Parts: sequence; C-alpha cells; structure tokens
Amino acid sequence: MNEQQIEANLMLASFFEQRKNDAASDLRARAWETFSRRGLPNRRVEEWHYTDLRAALRQIAPLRAAEPAAPTLARERSSCRLVVLDGAFRPDLSDLSALPYGVRAQSLREALAQGEAEVLAALAGDAKDAALALNAALMQDGVVLRIAPGCVLERPLELENVVSGGAAQSVYTRSLAILGAGAAATLLETYRPLEASGAQENRALVLSVGDGAKLEHVATISKQGEDAVRVVSLLATLGEMSALNSFCLVEGGGLLRRQIFATLNGANADVAFSGASLLRGRDHADTTLFVRHESLGGKSREFFRHIVDESATGVFQGKVSVAQAAQKTNGVMQSKALLLSDGASMNNKPELEIFADDVVCGHGATCGRLDADQLFYLEARGVPEREAEALLIEGFANEALEHVADEATREALAARISAWLSGREVLQ
Amino acid sequence: MLEIKNLHVSIGERKILDGLNLTVHDGEVAAIMGPNGTGKSTLSYVVSGREGYEVTQGEVLLNGENILELAPHERAAKGVFLAFQYPVEIPGVATMTFLKAALNAQRRARGEEELQTPDFMKRVNEAAARLGVVKEMLRRPLNCGFSGGEKKRMEILQMALLEPRLCILDETDSGLDIDALRVVSDGVNALRAKDRGFLVITHYQRLLDYIKPDTVHVMARGRILRSGGPELALELETSGYRDYIGEAA
Repeated sequence: MNEQQIEANLMLASFFEQRKNDAASDLRARAWETFSRRGLPNRRVEEWHYTDLRAALRQIAPLRAAEPAAPTLARERSSCRLVVLDGAFRPDLSDLSALPYGVRAQSLREALAQGEAEVLAALAGDAKDAALALNAALMQDGVVLRIAPGCVLERPLELENVVSGGAAQSVYTRSLAILGAGAAATLLETYRPLEASGAQENRALVLSVGDGAKLEHVATISKQGEDAVRVVSLLATLGEMSALNSFCLVEGGGLLRRQIFATLNGANADVAFSGASLLRGRDHADTTLFVRHESLGGKSREFFRHIVDESATGVFQGKVSVAQAAQKTNGVMQSKALLLSDGASMNNKPELEIFADDVVCGHGATCGRLDADQLFYLEARGVPEREAEALLIEGFANEALEHVADEATREALAARISAWLSGREVLQ
Repeated sequence: MLEIKNLHVSIGERKILDGLNLTVHDGEVAAIMGPNGTGKSTLSYVVSGREGYEVTQGEVLLNGENILELAPHERAAKGVFLAFQYPVEIPGVATMTFLKAALNAQRRARGEEELQTPDFMKRVNEAAARLGVVKEMLRRPLNCGFSGGEKKRMEILQMALLEPRLCILDETDSGLDIDALRVVSDGVNALRAKDRGFLVITHYQRLLDYIKPDTVHVMARGRILRSGGPELALELETSGYRDYIGEAA
C-alpha cells in the first residue's frame, strides 16, 4: 500500500469515527469491518476488474462541513419531489406537503434515530461488496419512503440526488423505498450535479418490493466533471408475485460505477433492468449487476445498450444466478455496445450460474460499429451520411427505451439522447 | 436519361463489370436478365453509389451528368432509387421517422421546402392504402418483423413517396409468392410515367409477366450481350442462359 492509499484509508476511518454511534451502529460496525478487510476495490477484485476504484480514490475529498444554501432546482416534470443535496435530505427543497395519501417520507437520519426495525432490516441487505459496505458504514443521510400496502400511486415520486459544485467533496447517502404488499408506484430518480465538479459520491438506493407490489423505476445519471468519481448502487429485494421494472440512462462524466444487486426472494417475481449509456471524452462507465433467483418461477430480463465514442470506456458485467430452489426460472440478458471511434472500448461480460435443472436462461453480448448495410440503405434513400449515422445511433439507444412503460418519460429520455447526439464532434 | 458507357468495375482484384453499355430512356421500362453471378446486383449498387466498388473506366450519366463522383444521398436527391433485393432491417428506427427523414432530406437537397407532418402523413397514408401496407407496419421499426412480401411492399411505398426519376428494381420478385408479386407489380405499374425510367433486374421471366418491359437486355460476364424487345424474355425462358454462359470471353 503506498502513502496515498494509507492516507485515503485514514481519511475514511475518520469519517467512520464521526458517525459510528447512531441506531445503526451495529450495522455500520459490521460494514466497516467488511470494508477494512477488503479495502477499496481494485483490478484484482474480480467484480471490479474493469474499474479501479482504489486508483481513482487516491485522494479522498473531505465531507462538506456545512449544508449549502438552498439552490433553485429546475423542475423537469410534474411529480412529488424529494431532494437529497450533497449528503443531506432537504425538506426545504422537497414537496413533503404534497405527498400522496399512503406515502410517508422522512430523512434517513431521523429514521435511524428512531431505530425502526423495518428500516434497519431493509438496510441490512447485501454488503459483501466493499464499496457498498463503505456506503453502509458512512451513510450520512437519505430519504426513507414507505408506501402503504395496497396503495396505488397515480403520480410518480421523484428522488433527486443533487451534488453542489465547488471544491471536491465526499458524499455518502442511502435512500430506501419500501413498498407494502400490493402497492404500485413509479419512482423517478436523478443523479445530477448543480455544476460539474470532482465530487466523490457513493450513493445507494434500497428497494424493498413487497408481495404483489409493482414498481416502475427510471433513473438518470447526468454528465459530471472529468474528475468526478461516482458509485451508484441499487439493491432490490422482490417478494412473491411482485414486479420491478428499472431503467437507467447514463450520460457519463469521470468515473462511474453503477451496480445492481437484486434478489428474487418470493416465488413468481418479475424483474427487468434496462439502460442506455452515452459515453464520450474520457468517460468511464461501468454497469455491473447481480441478479439472484432464490425462488420458484422467477423471471428476469436485462437489456442494455452502450454507445461509446472518442476515448471513452464502457463496462457491462451481468451475472444471473439461479439457486437450486428456483426451478422454472426464466432469464434473458442482452448487452450490446456500439463503438463509434477507434479509441473507444467496451468490456462486455454476461455470466450465468445455474444450480436448478428446469430453467430457461440465455444471454448475449455484442460490440460493434455502425452497420454498413444499414448506413447505405439510409443514404440510398437520400439521408446524408451524418444524419444517417445519427438515426442509427439514436435507434440503437431507443431499443433500450422501449422498456420504459410510460410514454411521456420515454419521450423525455429520447430528447436527452438526441441532445447528447447533437453534441457529437464531427471528425472529418 | 440513364446512359452507362463502357463501365468497368472491380472489387479488389476481381473484375465484375467489363465494359458495360446501357441506355434507359425516359418512360422506358428496361429489363436486365442474366444468370447468377454476372454482376447484375453490382450494377445496381454502382449506379446508386455503394462503397467498395472500384470503377476503373467508364461513365454513368443521369440526364447528361456523370453521377459517379456523387455520394449516395446526392444521387437519391437527383432521382436515383434502388429497390433492394434484401431490404435492411433497422431496429429502433420507426418506419415513419425514417420516411420523413428521407423525404425531407431529398427535398432540402433540391432546395424545396420540407413537408410538415400533416401533409407528410397524408401522403404516406394514401400510398400505404394503395399498396395494402397496414398502419401497424408503419408503426414498427423499419422492416423489422416484416415478411418478405411486406418488405418489398415497403420498398414500393418508398418509391411512390420519393417520386424518383430512375427506379432500379433489384430482384424484386425474389421471395415473393404470386399474390405479393401481383401487389408489388401493380404498385410499380402505377408509377410508370413518361418522365420516369425503370431498370428491372431479374433472374426469371415471371416478374416480366406482371411488369411488362419495353426492352430486354441479356447480361452475362459483366456486360450486355444482347438487347431486344419483350420477346427476348420469352425466348430466354425456353432456351435458358446456356448460350450466353458458353460464349468464350
């Protein structure tokens, strides 16, 4: 371990000292123990082989001492909004009074102070991953959302994770959404900077989807500064006959690791993860997911599209494991990358691990360039080359958007993809 | 309007077209028949501007202008249309989005105003109704999940919408059953006009029962070996291409 790494560890240990004594102290201590044993993930850790977090975090940025003044946050859509700014939930920026009937929201800090068993149980999930363990040990705040059993929400809930600009800071937050049995909701989630910075964010969202509950989840991770380091984790547990459909648009910026840990605990649960990544410059974006089928008759779908331009790097690792008890599992995983320049690279690694004998599972992964036949077809119809390329790239990304259920959301995402494309440098 | 003079084309070391001469007049339907592997598809690609073919000699004149230096989209704007033997599937690109992009790109290139959505929709719907293209097909990604017959109908729909000056039909009959062949041929026949020429490339006489040619050219070994009227197609149907393959180069 070199000097910088020792310094980084000391910095993290001092963060831990500051928050080890709340209601989650046992959980934090266990998580800290896991982290201390493993250290920051690096290329020698198989799950992190393509993303070296230790190298990216040689210098740990400090936590922000004071909460920033309330900024004006643009509102993209009509929804009930909950805002986490830097490391704290901000009721003053949130629509707490507009929460629909059947929904409770409070800060994680408050929930931990009350020490509710339901919250602690939901937080105690999967923590073998060192970056996630670090998040559990150091979590500053977040939002705890509880949706009552049977409650069907018409309007989406929106969880905004915002980071302010200025000097680089460390941010550790964790939010929860607990859906009671038979509840149905749409959760829109954003990760965005107020201005580009070198912030080091480690944020997690825990989704607990009760029996028969249905959740639509759409996340967007906006462009950040080149020095930014972001780890965004999603932990989901699914009850019997429940359904989770989760989409994420990644716009790159610095180093991003998005990791999904999903467990289908109840029988006949249905989970779908999809996403599109738009990468250019020196962006490095890693999507790694682990889906565990623990029970009978589960269904899982993963569908990802990566567009990698200039000198950017994309990573996709998908591992679907099917336990012996999870007979009749049906799983399909697909990850395709489109490389738009010689300097672009993609690491695409789907994996299956099956212990049950009566399952239908498949996966496919490709990396390629724009298809010459498709380009010629469009050009032969009068579409100029650049425009034809744009149509094909857009079409490639749009395939992932088809997995988003709500049309208005889909259109808003499509507009962001077009905007990204219009910023494509012409190298001719 | 289309004059091909002494065209020599190679792919790498291999010579495909070897001094081909051909003229298609305004309003004329010219059929090109010939055995497999004689360069019929190469001819259609070279005229429409596909990369990967090296023209070593000769000219392709469209209304007197040599178009060989033009990009495919520029040729399209000047009125060249290739109905593909195997129309390409493009997932993620809605058929309507594609049609509008193509039509308006051509209009822009010609200095015409772009069509607004209502006007565009009206034109598409009219053409679709004539060709039996159902609305559902227009909503799907381009050519995805279409049957062979549906893909060819979509080609003809594009032809009707783009109103080209020169239509090249590359083996349009391949993969079509009799009913689909009739629909597609009716679509083509409806587009015959005195300022529009057709180059119908086919392997079999069958297509020419539906699209009656004015002239028939026999192509083998990279050039036109014989030209005549519709009776030539009938003759080929009985005698085959044997005589042409047999001729020493």
